[in-house]
This record gives sequence, structure tokens and C-alpha cells, in this order.
Amino acid sequence: MPHDHHDHPHALLPPDPALRVKALETILVQKGLIDPAALEEIIDTYQNKIGPQNGARVVARAWSDPEFKAALLADADPVLAELGYYGRQGEHMVVVENTAQQHNMVVCTLCSCYPWPLLGIPPGWYKSDAYRARAVREPRRVLAEFGVTLPEGCAVRVWDSTAEVRYLVLPVRPGGTEGLSEEELAALVTRDSMIGTGLARQPGEAGA
Amino acid sequence: MTRVHDMGGRFGDGPVVPEAEDAPVFAEDWHARALAVTLACGALGQWNIDTSRHARERLSPKDYARFSYYEKWISALADLLVEKGVLTREDLEGKGAAGLHELAERALKAENVAGALAKGGPADRDGGPAPRFSPGQAVRARMPADNALVDGGHTRLPQYAAGARGYILRLHGTHVFPDSSAHGLGEAPEPLYAVRFFARELWAHPEHPEDEVVLDLWQSYLEPL
Repeated sequence: MPHDHHDHPHALLPPDPALRVKALETILVQKGLIDPAALEEIIDTYQNKIGPQNGARVVARAWSDPEFKAALLADADPVLAELGYYGRQGEHMVVVENTAQQHNMVVCTLCSCYPWPLLGIPPGWYKSDAYRARAVREPRRVLAEFGVTLPEGCAVRVWDSTAEVRYLVLPVRPGGTEGLSEEELAALVTRDSMIGTGLARQPGEAGA
Repeated sequence: MTRVHDMGGRFGDGPVVPEAEDAPVFAEDWHARALAVTLACGALGQWNIDTSRHARERLSPKDYARFSYYEKWISALADLLVEKGVLTREDLEGKGAAGLHELAERALKAENVAGALAKGGPADRDGGPAPRFSPGQAVRARMPADNALVDGGHTRLPQYAAGARGYILRLHGTHVFPDSSAHGLGEAPEPLYAVRFFARELWAHPEHPEDEVVLDLWQSYLEPL
């Protein structure tokens, strides 16, 4: 049985969310079930070490190296593992390529599945009810809210991450970027472009 | 019947509000702590990812709707800790027994965090039934979308796809079956497929005739057409 609680134990903790976390953390630390230093390490990892810069490096390399790109699209896991981008919430990766004919966009309607080793912790909007509810039914209206309008004749394919497979979008390489180094290209790759709610920046664009 | 988390296609949520690319990873300090406490408790080995997802889904619809994201995490974690017997209700009220817990030796240590996060928890398994479908084949998603093993149980077949016709895009391999795994009924691995559905098959008013939605669906969610 799924054990629905009609008197949820969480109601025994303080209602204010910050105090609720603090209360539970304190109880767990007192019992030796969690180590405060381990919490700091986890937070530091996702705040400072793992983030969209990882995915951007992969995209920039794929734009620069056709063999790498072919291998990445055919079977991403060994390619990413070699770069050290394997880990929790990125155990089974699939990379999908945007083209003039097809725009890919990723959502998790049931929770908030996201490729952590490549993009870090998802932004608030990705976890919002509005995105989860609407991305599958009206992706073009959602894209418009991100300022993205697709060219005529471009179909949208929305990937709903319902299993342990995680998706990374390979955005279209912007024009006028011939001769740029991988590092310069990586600066054009936004987090949103790898989720599919944005496009890569143009050289000279703000933030590039 | 579905639960409140199964919101794909729902009307009425209003606009998506994008955030700056350089916005803080954690908007509040307690968000970071809620995530870290949840991950650290997972390392105690008393449940799996399907159990913890189901714990969040079982928040009452009222709580699920009014709680912010990390409030859901921390509240579901408290529920799960009590349900699995790690903590008591008295512990949550601050009236529990003092001293170290019997599971304390399993607590995740700082020096093991990087290794544990890098190791992850792959869901693919050897064995299980042979793949029944091949790429390009037409299939229909099961209707209703309920868990077939447990009444009201966890499932990863969204309501919006139930009964819809789609096409096998690729076989991902054989993966742990959440409908079983979430309930302590074993991993029961099954072939897992990416299945593409035309938006016009899912919605009465699709935005574009060629748009598609792809879902990852286990073999027992699918029937041949």
C-alpha cells in the first residue's frame, strides 16, 4: 500500500520552511545521522563546482570537433564519462541536436529531473508548476516567454524526463563564429540553450 | 486516478518567469540546506530514489500546491524518516531519545561526498524481459495511467499520455521499474523506451501539426498497435 498519511509527521516540525529545515537538520546531527561537514561539501559542490559551465564545454567541443559530436550524439555516456561529467542525476545521458528543422526542449512534468553533472541544480522556473504543466502542451508559448521565436517550418520536440535518462540539448551554433576557440564558443552557450528554452548567444551579445 | 504532481498539460498556471543565467544556484540558504540534508539522508540507505519521489507525491494536494519546491523536499523527508522508522514522531517534536542513532555509522562523511556524487546511482540492469518493441513500431500507452501493482502507487506514466498512440524512438536498455521499486517490491527491471507522440494525439488544440512530445516509458506501460 502507498501508506497515505492523514496526519503527516512533517506537521510536527515548525511551519516556517527555514525553521523546518533547521529543526530537522538539528535532530539528525544530534543523532549522528548527518555530518555537518558533509552538508557543507554537498552545498559547495553544487554552488561552486558543478554547473552549466560543464555542459557549455561539451557543446563548444561538439561545435568544434565533428568526430566528438558524432560520438556524443550516438552514445553520450562513454564520451561524457571520459570528460569526468558522470555522476548523480546524469547516469544515463542522451544529447539531442537542434537544427533548422527541429527544436528540442526538455521538461520533467512529474518532478524536476535534470542533468546535474552537466547543468548543476535546475533553476526555479524549471521546477515551477507553470513550466511543468505548460511545456508539453504549449511549448511555443513558453518559448515566447523566454523571448524565443522559432523559424517557420521548425518543429518542436519536447522531451519529458519520465525515467532516469537525462537530456541535454545541443543548441545550433551561432553564425559568425568561425575561428573561435572552444573557450570563446563556450561563453556563448547559455544554460537555457542546453535546456532548449533559449538559443546560444551571438558573438558580441550581452553576456557573451 | 492520478496525483497532484502529475501536472503535464494542466491549464491555469500562468506565465513561466525566466531567471537570469547568473542568478544564485540557491535563492535562500535554507534551500541549499534542504537539498544537502535530503541527499545526506539518502546515503543512509533506507530508501531509493523512487521511494523518495513517491514521498513527495504523497504530500496532500493542499500541501503540494502551497509548499515551495524545497518545502516539499524537507517535508517529504521528515515523513519518510518516520515512515521508515529512522526517526519517531517524538524525535520530530524534540522529545525523542538522546544519543547516537544505530544508523550513525552509515552517515555520509565529508570526505566521501565527492565520491558518492560522482558514483551516482545507475538504473540500468542486466536481465529482465526481452524487448518487445523495436524503433518505429506503433504503440499505445496504457489507460488508465495508474500503477498496476499498488492502488494509488507511484508511476512514471503521466496522465496526459494515457491511451495515446505513439512510436518507439529508441530503446534505452533495461531499467529499474519505479512502480515496483518505490514500494519495496523489488527492482523488477524492464526494457525502457523513448516513445514519441504527436502533440495532435495528446491535445485538442496543438500549436503545430508536426510538434511532438517524447516520453521515456517502460515496456509494461505500452501495448502494441
